[in-house]
Amino acid sequence: MPAKASTRLGLAHALRDAAITGLIAFGLFLPLIGFNTVQNIHNELILETRWPLLATLVAVIAAGRFAYSLLIAAWGDRPISGPRRARKLTGWVSHLTSRITPAVLAFAILYPALALWLTGSQGAVKWIDNFGVQILIYVMLGWGLNIVVGLAGLLDLGYVAFYAVGAYAYALLATTFGLSFWILLPVAGCAAAFWGIMLGFPVLRLRGDYLAIVTLAFGEIIRLVLINWVPVTNGYAGISSIPRPTFFGIPFNATDEGFAARFGLEFSPIYRILFLYYLILSLALITAAMTVRLRRLPLGRAWEALREDEIACRSLGINTTNTKLTAFAMGAMFAGFGGSFFASRQGFISPESFTFMESAVILAIVVLGGMGSLLGVAIAAVLMIGGTEIMRELDFLKMVFGSDFDPTQYRMLLFGFGMVLLMIWRPRGLIGTRHPSILLHSGEPRTLFPRARNPAVAAPLQPEPGA
Amino acid sequence: MRFGGLLAVTDLSFTASRNDITALIGPNGAGKTTVFNCITGFYKPTEGRIALQSGDAQVWDELEALTDRGTRTLHRGTGALFLLERMPDYLVTQKARVARTFQNIRLFPGMTVLENLLVAQHNGLMRASGFTIFGVLGFPSYARAESAAVEKARYWLDRIGLMGRADDPAGDLPYGAQRRLEIARAMCTEPVLLCLDEPAAGLNANESAELGDYLRAIRAEHATSILLIEHDMSVVMGISDHIVVLDHGQKIADGSPEDIRSDATVIAAYLGVEESEIPET
Repeated sequence: MPAKASTRLGLAHALRDAAITGLIAFGLFLPLIGFNTVQNIHNELILETRWPLLATLVAVIAAGRFAYSLLIAAWGDRPISGPRRARKLTGWVSHLTSRITPAVLAFAILYPALALWLTGSQGAVKWIDNFGVQILIYVMLGWGLNIVVGLAGLLDLGYVAFYAVGAYAYALLATTFGLSFWILLPVAGCAAAFWGIMLGFPVLRLRGDYLAIVTLAFGEIIRLVLINWVPVTNGYAGISSIPRPTFFGIPFNATDEGFAARFGLEFSPIYRILFLYYLILSLALITAAMTVRLRRLPLGRAWEALREDEIACRSLGINTTNTKLTAFAMGAMFAGFGGSFFASRQGFISPESFTFMESAVILAIVVLGGMGSLLGVAIAAVLMIGGTEIMRELDFLKMVFGSDFDPTQYRMLLFGFGMVLLMIWRPRGLIGTRHPSILLHSGEPRTLFPRARNPAVAAPLQPEPGA
Repeated sequence: MRFGGLLAVTDLSFTASRNDITALIGPNGAGKTTVFNCITGFYKPTEGRIALQSGDAQVWDELEALTDRGTRTLHRGTGALFLLERMPDYLVTQKARVARTFQNIRLFPGMTVLENLLVAQHNGLMRASGFTIFGVLGFPSYARAESAAVEKARYWLDRIGLMGRADDPAGDLPYGAQRRLEIARAMCTEPVLLCLDEPAAGLNANESAELGDYLRAIRAEHATSILLIEHDMSVVMGISDHIVVLDHGQKIADGSPEDIRSDATVIAAYLGVEESEIPET
């Protein structure tokens, strides 16, 4: 029987696979895990062997590979990410996207109420501030970077520089001149946009890897200036006692002039947190609305065209210089807004908040989410930032692994693991489908699976609705 | 045009007349595409002049004056004169209205067919959207301009028979359809001169014949002159009014298809032997 034969073949194949994997794991882990150096009481370095641990690890890896290979065999010869499967999935995802967006929006608006209801006034502060506000900052930064990387296709590794410009612009102007948050928000945005253009000019001719290197350097330059220009930025010590945002002039404090007293409420820090939450939510939604709008305008289409083929753009009379600079400026502006929000929320900023790691995280959010997809970027931000915060909460793991176990230490490991998985299963990001900015045949109902995938079906001309 | 020590195109002078289909032919490496890149502003010629005149022909008399003045454009009434070698690539299309296609198709593969045609109308739409400001604010003037642009795209989609695939990514189209779309996209910029770099490359005999009809129809219905590079002699001889032959960066012949067919230098350049027969094409 052919089916049985193929199963036996699959079993043999899986066994061979598992053996090879186990061998590789053994070779790799022998020096790393098999041997351990410890100091004894006489301060002598002695070599210990950990054979049981090594054997367990190798066995686990080999067994995992065996199960995986067998699973593939059981699924038949279908490749995991064959075009057919990908297409099917793509259709589903694009269908779901249009349904999910209102639900996600409603959840984002109702989230603080939900947190208050479930955890009470005290517990909700953590859930709204550490989770809600923190995630939304990264959602906004992701959406801002999405304009530069996702739409215009300009790989920017120094995005955090504009975030820093926005934060320092707010911090310096607010502490020196005492200007309010609402005046400084657009000022910080403009300052960041200005630096976006400043970065844009020298890199106009660069593309891809070269552009990435220069933007990376730019991010470092800004950070080093912030560290070394001590008279202005106060160096490593940073800027403290930055004014908090006010409710249109009414501060959130316990005085008689404060928000709670004015509105006849009992004082609680929760009001300020709620205000911050809805502030960053509106800033993020403005970013999203702008992106959606711009994509349907000639500027947005020119950005996407630039990503697809710059030379073709020039042959169509598009001024690529201006197009690139507007993309840099627009992306930087939203980072500037985010930066000034960050500074006013923290009340203290220092160059340590603006390291390359931040740029990498924001870029990872955009890439994982699917370049150009707003919902995908939001989901990726929730997973990455929310995931980090969740790990601080996993205290029960201490009971399993001992009291000195800190789950947050494993953040990068899990992050890398997730990235590898995603690159295997969804190489174009969580939501990798692109929605056309305009449809000619909008009169016809949107089908679950995009029409005209099969050329034989697509060939006959459809009668034009209304033409 | 000189690249370091290589003199790619030299001693070349020819005219592509209004409403003519002019073909630029020559063996591989003769410098045809270099000439195209110079005309469309992708290369800056190291020396020489490329002038384009549109509208009132009277303005042509001022060519020398314009050259000496050092500026790049001159407008007199309805006439306009452009010195293309002084303009950056995007202005050649935007102001002088010279559009081009590429030897290896350069569509925006991830964008839909309709979006490709709308990107080609970028400059007009950009003005209508108040350089994005009115567009973001949702002014009705932009909505009107956009539907006009879609109408124009619709016209070209109908012409190239791709109406049913308007919402599909351009990269998914078959090769021949991509070629037609690239020409339609160039036409959406409303050019006075359309430069086609090997439009028949990779097309079968049937498609090549259709291409010839398509180009003739474009010339007849739109005030567009055509300059094309082509190796397929059946296309070249069938549709051109005027042929320029290039070899080793120099012009070796210039004339009607009949003249070129019997020109001894051309035959020598193509076949390397003076005595051989002209290939039956």
